[in-house]
Amino acid sequence: MTVPSLSHPVERFTLDNGLRVVLVPDRSAPVVGVAVVYDVGIRSEPEGRTGFAHLFEHLMFQGSENLEKLAHFRHVQASGGIFNGSTHLDYTDYYELLPSNALERGLFLEADRMRAPRITEENLANQIAVVKEEIRVNVMNRPYGGFPWLRLPPVVFDTFPNAHDGYGSFVDLESATVEDASAFFDTFYAPSNAVLCLAGDLDPEQVAGLVERHFASVPERGTPKRPDFSEPDLDAERRESYEDALAPLPAVAMAWRVPDPIGDFEAYLPYVVLAEVLTDGDASRLVERLLLKDRTATSVSGYCGFMGDAFDVRDPTVLILSMHSPPGVEPDRVLRAVEQELDRLATDGLAAAELHRVQARLATHLLGQVDPVMSRTLSMAVLEQQRGRAELAGELPRLLAEVTTEQIRAAAAMLRPDRRAVLEVRAGGAR
Amino acid sequence: MTTLTAYPRELPGLTPPRKGRRPAVAERVLANGLRVLVVRRPSVPLVELRLRIPFQPAPGRRGAAHLTRASVLSQTMLSGTAEMSTVDIAASLQEVGGGLSVGVDADRLLVSGNALSTGLPRLLELLGDVLTGATYPSGEVAAERDRLADRIEMAESQPAHAARKALLGRLYGTHPYAVQTPEPEEVRGVRAPALRTLHASRVLPAGALLVLVGDVSPARALDAVEAALDGWAGSADVPDLRPAPEPEPGPLWLVDRPGSVQSSLRLALGGVDRAHADYQALQLANLVFGGYFSSRLVENIREDKGYTYSPHSSISHLAAGSVTVVDADVATEVTAPALLEIGYELGRIASLPVTQEELDQARQYATGTLQLSVASQGGLAATLLTLTAAGLGLDWLYDQPARLAAVTVEDVHAAATRYLAPARAVTVVLGDASVVRESVSALGPVEEA
Repeated sequence: MTVPSLSHPVERFTLDNGLRVVLVPDRSAPVVGVAVVYDVGIRSEPEGRTGFAHLFEHLMFQGSENLEKLAHFRHVQASGGIFNGSTHLDYTDYYELLPSNALERGLFLEADRMRAPRITEENLANQIAVVKEEIRVNVMNRPYGGFPWLRLPPVVFDTFPNAHDGYGSFVDLESATVEDASAFFDTFYAPSNAVLCLAGDLDPEQVAGLVERHFASVPERGTPKRPDFSEPDLDAERRESYEDALAPLPAVAMAWRVPDPIGDFEAYLPYVVLAEVLTDGDASRLVERLLLKDRTATSVSGYCGFMGDAFDVRDPTVLILSMHSPPGVEPDRVLRAVEQELDRLATDGLAAAELHRVQARLATHLLGQVDPVMSRTLSMAVLEQQRGRAELAGELPRLLAEVTTEQIRAAAAMLRPDRRAVLEVRAGGAR
Repeated sequence: MTTLTAYPRELPGLTPPRKGRRPAVAERVLANGLRVLVVRRPSVPLVELRLRIPFQPAPGRRGAAHLTRASVLSQTMLSGTAEMSTVDIAASLQEVGGGLSVGVDADRLLVSGNALSTGLPRLLELLGDVLTGATYPSGEVAAERDRLADRIEMAESQPAHAARKALLGRLYGTHPYAVQTPEPEEVRGVRAPALRTLHASRVLPAGALLVLVGDVSPARALDAVEAALDGWAGSADVPDLRPAPEPEPGPLWLVDRPGSVQSSLRLALGGVDRAHADYQALQLANLVFGGYFSSRLVENIREDKGYTYSPHSSISHLAAGSVTVVDADVATEVTAPALLEIGYELGRIASLPVTQEELDQARQYATGTLQLSVASQGGLAATLLTLTAAGLGLDWLYDQPARLAAVTVEDVHAAATRYLAPARAVTVVLGDASVVRESVSALGPVEEA
C-alpha cells in the first residue's frame, strides 16, 4: 500500500512587528480556523510560579483593550463559532473555529488581546479559583490523575523547567499577582514571539490585508531568547513509585530520552514509528505480548512527547510506554516482558511487511488529524513556529513511511533498562 | 505604551455567509436489508466507516443481562474467525491503514473504522468476514471479558462515571436505560457460546445502517459494499424499547464518596427528540441556560463565582427518549451554594423570558456550528449516521437554520417552563456526604444511597 501525502497551499509573510503569518486556503467548506500560538509554555514559567503559563492562558480570555470580560466568548459564539486555548510544554495556543463570514472578527479578537489583555485583581482571583477546580477535576479527584504526564517528568529530569508540575501547586497559584501576569505578558506575548495561522475558507490576498489592518499596529516588544533546556541523558535506571488512593489497578510507565525532535529530526522519526510498532492495535508487539499472551496488562499505550503529540515538542523529550495491569500483577513482570520484546526487536529486527502496515496505519492517524480544519490550523501553526514548516502537516505520513527496518531495530536497541525512568502506581483503591 | 497608529477598536461585522454545499448522499438498500449511505468528501485520502446495528434488549428479557453479553460481544467480535486470529485481523486491517472498533450502548451496536481510501474494498471484506464468521474463541473471550471487567472497575473509580450511574438509576427506574454499564462480576461470568448465540440472533443486516464518507466514488463504494457484505443475512425483528419515563422529581439523592475533594452535581430534566415541535425552542432555552460557554450558568458559577471549571447542560438523545442533563463538578465546600445557583438559574429561565439578545446569540451559535459539525469526514459520518438512525436524514441539518430562525422569545419561555423547571429535576450529588450533608439538606429533602 502506497502511503499518500498532502501538499497544502501555504502562503507566509511576516509583519514589521515580527508576527509571522501563515495562510492555508481550502474552500471546500465555509469554515475557517484562526490560531495564534505563542512561543511560551510550561517550561518557561519561573520557579515559585508553577502552573503560571496555564493560569495566564485563562487570563487571556478575561477581556482586553476594547473588550469587556465575557465579551470574547460571546462574540465568538454569537458568530456561530467555537473557541479554546491550551497550554503545552513549549507553546500556548488560542483559537477559534468560525463560519468563514466571521473571519475578521476572529482577527479582531486575537489582535486585541495580543495588544493588551485586561488583567485585574478580580479576574485573577476568579481564574485562580477556576484553575483549582480544573486541577481537582482532572488530577486530584480522579484515579491516575496526571499519570503519566505530570508524574513522570520529575523522574526523568532534574532541572526545574523540565521536571516541575505544569498544572501547578495551589500555593504557587495563589501567590500569583497581577504584576507577575503583566511581566509574563510583556516578556512572552510579543507579536514577534507568535505565529498566526489561518486555514480554511479564505482568499489569501484579501485576508493578508485584513491581517495587516488588525495586527500591524500591535507594538513590537522584543523577542525573548528561548533558554537552553537541555539535560544530559540518564546514566542509570531511575525508579520511583507512589500510591494512588483512588486507583483500583496498578499501573507502570517508563520513559527513555529520544533525539532532539527538531535539531535531529531524521534521528527522531524512527522513535515515533517504534512507539506504534510497540503499541498500536492488536497486532502490535506489546499488545500481543502483554494483553493477549501474558495477560499482565489491561491497556497499553506508547508515544513520543509527554502530552501525546510527537510533533509539537522540543528537546528534551521522551518516548513513553505505559500500561495498567490486572490486580496483583507485579510491575517487574511487566517491565521484564517489555525488556524482552525490545530486546527481540533489537536483535531480530522486524519484517518489512510488519513495518509497512504500521506505517500505513500511522498515515491514516496523521491524515485524519489534518482533515478537521481546526486541528489542521493548530498543528500547522505549531509546525511553523517550531520548524518554519507548516507544510510538514501533510508531509509527515510520507516521511514516517521512509523510516527503515534497520532504523527501528537501532532505535529499539536504545531503549535499554539502564537508560530508562520507571514510575509505578500502587493501587490504593483496589477492592 | 500603545502607538498612535489607527486600528479597529470595534467588533467587525459579519460578511455575507457562504452557504455550505449540501453533500450528495448516494443510497442503496441491499437485498439483505442493509441500508448503505455513501458521501464523497475527498479532503484527505481516507474513508470513514460506521455500521449501526439495532441492539436494544428484547422485551421480557432482563436489560442488564443483555447489556452484559452485548458488552463482551463488542470486545470480542474482532477476536477471530475460522481463518484468522485477533492478530491476523488487526494486521490485515493495518495493511490498508485500517482499523475497526466495536462499541455498544442501550440502543445499538456500532462498528467504527477508517482506512486509506484505496483500502476500502479490503476494509469491507474484513468487516464482512467478521460479521459472518466471528468465532468468539473461548480463550480470547475469557481474556477479553476479564480485561473488560478490569476496565469497568477502573471506570467506576472515576467520579464522573459513578455520578452518571447514580443518575441513570434514579432517572430510569425499571427501564433498560437505568443500567448502561454492566457489573464487573457479571461480565466475568459470560461464556463464549452465549456470545455466538447473541451474534447469530442479533448481528444482522436487516434494519442496520452503514455509512461511508471519504475520498471514494459513491457508485464504486456501493458496489464494493454489495460485493463484501452480500453473504451477510438475517433479520432480528426485535421491537423498539418502550418509551423512557419522564424525570420523576424526588428528594436529592446523595451518594457518598468519602474524602472526595469535589462534589459531582448532576440534574436530569425534561427533553424532546429532534423531530418534536418543541425541539428548537428547547435547544435554544438550553443554550441560554447552560448549553454553551456564553450561558447564564457558566457566567454565574464559573466566571463570576469560580465554583467550577466546566459546568454544562446538554440534551441527550436515546432512541426511546431524550433528556436534558446538567453537570458541574464543584469544590466540596461550595456544594450547596452551587446547587442553589443552578436551581436559581433553572427557576429564572423557567419563570422569566430570556432577552431578545440572549436568544439571537444562542440562535446564531446553533446555526453557525451546524456547518462546523459536518466539515470533516469523521464529523460528517457521525452526523449522517445519527440523523439517519433518528429517522431524519441529513436534510434535517440543512433545514435547521430556518426552523431556528422562527423561534421567538415566547417559544423559548414556554419550552423552558415545560422542560427545564427546577421542580421537575432529578438531582444527584456524588461527594463526601459527611461534609456536604448538612448544608445540602438546608436546600430541601435529601435521601442517601
